[in-house]
Amino acid sequence: MVLRPPALEVAPLRRYAPNLWDLLAFGLLFTSLVGVVQGSRAMLAPLAELRHHPVSLEPSLLPSYALRTTLRMLAALGASLVFSLGYGALAAKSRRAGMVLVPLLDILQSVPILGFLSFTVVGFMALFPGRVLGAELAAIFAIFTSQAWNMTFSVYQSLLTVPPELEEAARSFHLSAWQRFWRLEVPFSVPGLVWNAMMSMSGGWFFVVAAEAISVGSVSIALPGIGSYVALAITQQDPIAVGWAVLTMLVVILLYDVLLFRPLAAYSEKFRVESTTSDLTSRSWVLLALRRTRLFPRLLGATRTLSEAWRPPRRPRRPTTTPRAITPRSAGQRAVIERAWLTAVALGVALMGARLMRFIATGAGWSDLGTALLYGGYTLTRVLVLVALSSLVWVPVGVWVGLRPRWAERVQPLAQVLAAFPANVVFPVVVLVIVRYSLSPDVWLSPLMVLGSQWYLLFNVIAGASAFPSDLRDAAASLHLGGRSWWFRVILPGILPYYVTGAITASGAAWNASIVAELASWGSTTLRAHGLGAYIADATAAGDHPRIVLGVAVMCAFVLMLNRLLWRPLYRLAMRHTHQE
Amino acid sequence: MTSPTLTAPSPESSAPLVQLEGVRQVFPQSERSELVVLDGVDFTLHPGEIVGLLGRSGSGKSTLLRIISGLLRPSAGTVRWRGEPVSGPCQGVAMVFQSFALFPWLTVLQNVELGLEAQGVAPAERRRRALAAIDLIGLDGFESAYPKELSGGMRQRVGLARALVVQPRLLLMDEAFSALDVLTAETLRTELLDGWIEGRLPISSILMVTHNIEEAVLLCDRILVLSSHPGRVTTEFPVTLAHPRNRLDPPFRALVDHLYGVMTQHLTPAAGARHAGEGFPGVGLRMALPRISTNRLAGLLEALAAAPFQGKADLPVLAASLHMTAGELLPAAETLQLLRLAVLADGDLHLTEAGQRFVELDVDARKRLFGQHLLAHVPLVARLCQVLAERADHRAPFTRFSQELEDSLSAQQAEDTLRAVISWGRYGELFGYDEHLRQFNLDNPT
Repeated sequence: MVLRPPALEVAPLRRYAPNLWDLLAFGLLFTSLVGVVQGSRAMLAPLAELRHHPVSLEPSLLPSYALRTTLRMLAALGASLVFSLGYGALAAKSRRAGMVLVPLLDILQSVPILGFLSFTVVGFMALFPGRVLGAELAAIFAIFTSQAWNMTFSVYQSLLTVPPELEEAARSFHLSAWQRFWRLEVPFSVPGLVWNAMMSMSGGWFFVVAAEAISVGSVSIALPGIGSYVALAITQQDPIAVGWAVLTMLVVILLYDVLLFRPLAAYSEKFRVESTTSDLTSRSWVLLALRRTRLFPRLLGATRTLSEAWRPPRRPRRPTTTPRAITPRSAGQRAVIERAWLTAVALGVALMGARLMRFIATGAGWSDLGTALLYGGYTLTRVLVLVALSSLVWVPVGVWVGLRPRWAERVQPLAQVLAAFPANVVFPVVVLVIVRYSLSPDVWLSPLMVLGSQWYLLFNVIAGASAFPSDLRDAAASLHLGGRSWWFRVILPGILPYYVTGAITASGAAWNASIVAELASWGSTTLRAHGLGAYIADATAAGDHPRIVLGVAVMCAFVLMLNRLLWRPLYRLAMRHTHQE
Repeated sequence: MTSPTLTAPSPESSAPLVQLEGVRQVFPQSERSELVVLDGVDFTLHPGEIVGLLGRSGSGKSTLLRIISGLLRPSAGTVRWRGEPVSGPCQGVAMVFQSFALFPWLTVLQNVELGLEAQGVAPAERRRRALAAIDLIGLDGFESAYPKELSGGMRQRVGLARALVVQPRLLLMDEAFSALDVLTAETLRTELLDGWIEGRLPISSILMVTHNIEEAVLLCDRILVLSSHPGRVTTEFPVTLAHPRNRLDPPFRALVDHLYGVMTQHLTPAAGARHAGEGFPGVGLRMALPRISTNRLAGLLEALAAAPFQGKADLPVLAASLHMTAGELLPAAETLQLLRLAVLADGDLHLTEAGQRFVELDVDARKRLFGQHLLAHVPLVARLCQVLAERADHRAPFTRFSQELEDSLSAQQAEDTLRAVISWGRYGELFGYDEHLRQFNLDNPT
């Protein structure tokens, strides 16, 4: 009698026989494939098609629009994945590349989506003249820019924190750099990457209107999709159509969650290095179903296949890789190279800065800089006030929810869905209310900025409160701590690092959201708040490139300053407070 | 089931496997200073032997192991593996890690197969060999488990199987049993030794790093003692006892005793003009101190004063009765010696008169006595108190002292030394320390 563990059972090829679960998986797979084929055929159609069949508000068209939007999102997510692995790996592995790439990523993250779109749309259209594909690529790129950066940061962080003993084990067992990447570094990055992909997806949805209904100067394209549908409903003042769009988005986001992210999150649990199993493990019935198939475990071997696909040529004898600890160069040589590199980088930055200034100067003067800075100040005030206000609301709620695991489990996904809804869908309500009661747009448009971003605050507070050690809670209870002292001595310091992380994310998202939040329209009524977001949005609509660049540059400067002067010091402080040895 | 077939290495000549000549390892500290971890290490490893590298923490023994494995290139000196100079991780050397270093996302079987995968062994062959290794190491039935699901002992078995499956000539073990509980470690040691003696292991030599003296005597044919600061091979012992060795045999005990003596020899007052405290790397103000809690020090003094020791204990006996390894006991004993509360001599620890007094005092008086000895015998503490007294605001930043220490110690040693001094100084009520400001002070909260 030989008992065979299941992992071995699937191994030899001849024993492979599909089961019922495979049938189910095949159904899923084929439905998706048909969808992809249909969607891609439409992408390759000539541009004139868009004119013959413009986006219409017919609700029966929504499923096909949803499919198109979904495909764009997936394509952008795929591109973000490849980008984040490549860029993250380069930034983490080469110290010199990292010196340039990491700050660059910080800047890219603070550029609002319109900043990328207004410059790339013409190029993408020129790449495939007369085809929808050019515009599709521009839209995908726009979605990509709202997804890629945080995923890249996550990969970079993961690669820097690969446990040294695993790195050593991999080297001592002669894994090549390529094999190490696929067998150690990528798996180690998976949990962070999956979580960030989920966040990115919400970000992508938030900007779906701006990405699909492209309007830069004379270029004006509405690609069939939910975003364009919402844009059209707003221009035509059709609240029922907005309602249909919201409903469709809800269904699509939930499907994405159930079919893609839940299984991914549950699957990524196994890549966590901590040896203790956490209480809040994700469960997914889809993953369970897939695991029962015979096909799926083979697909999962992908990283192994990749790691074996290419074997770098080896010298026949033993030397393989040079050890990393000490390079043969002398300290003096290294210092020279270092200085040369720094000089080259500084020169490059100076040259590009000069180019940029000259370009801005072609269409904007000093007074424009003054305006941009002033508007930046307005938007900064809005961001800070709103983050503070939403903290007042969401910190108590988040603590309450986080301390109750059953609630946390339900609220977490809900918050994630809410974060995905673009500000545009509430334009009707906001515009009507502001017009009806003749309120000031400068004040009352502001809440739109935190419409999506406040949820980041909520999940982080929930996460912090759920992670709060239960023995500390018990200790506080046994000391009969309550009221003020419980909040200020126990729970708030305990969740501080989580809160600060949430506030940083929320503030970044609010800055980006300002381009769709400071300018709200409903039919022919357009309300405009004074702020940098509205400034950039206006310049984009007018195709005024020098002012777009100026606005984006000023926004980057503001975001970077806020991060450096407020958030990072606060984060360090929070970490030091709770750091225990 | 077919019997496991791990083909044994071909019969070989007695040419040495590893030859080290004049190996020196230096880690640059700052612009001006560097830290010498190993200096002038010569060492030869022959086929068919188990060699133990015995040393205190900080003696560079793990660094030496990494140099032999080719993971680290020495700053100077030559390393030869089977006669060829080493320039990268050597083929035919496999390592077992203290922390196991298993890939959490791979199953037991996949972890074991990994080394073969790297060598480009075909999948079917890979599986056959991995299953044989798993069988050999007693992991049958766990093939599809993930490391998370396993106990420490089972995890280290995976580590061993992963190393053995590549059929290395040399197995390197980096404190492989020190993260395991006593019972589990003993089981694994016994099984390893049985496999070795019966020739079931596909290896020709084992080199193990440990700070556990009994473990070294139990397993090794030859023991090298590494001194600290910098690491040098000071003594070499052949162990000629026949296997299986019995821990209670008088010759076994004698050897353990002797090794304890050797490891404390250079720091006993009798060993010449060198004064106490030189057991720690660095001298005077820049002595590296271990982070040992005052509770442990007080506990050790109490154990020493109580029956059956009555003020004088044989180190191995003391270690056994306190369930400590030599690596844990020696730094505590040396700290007591530095403070003149106990003295190390010939592998024994004696309570001094002050130490005896300490045990008899109440809490406040103990703290006073401890404070006095700290001030008198730890130069860094004296200096700290002097600086604080001289400054008008009686405050001094942490970095002022850590930077000074980092001229001659590693950043980690400097940090540990200051942390030790902070905790001792607080206990002795000599000074205060504010973690938020990272600042020493003379405040005394009342």
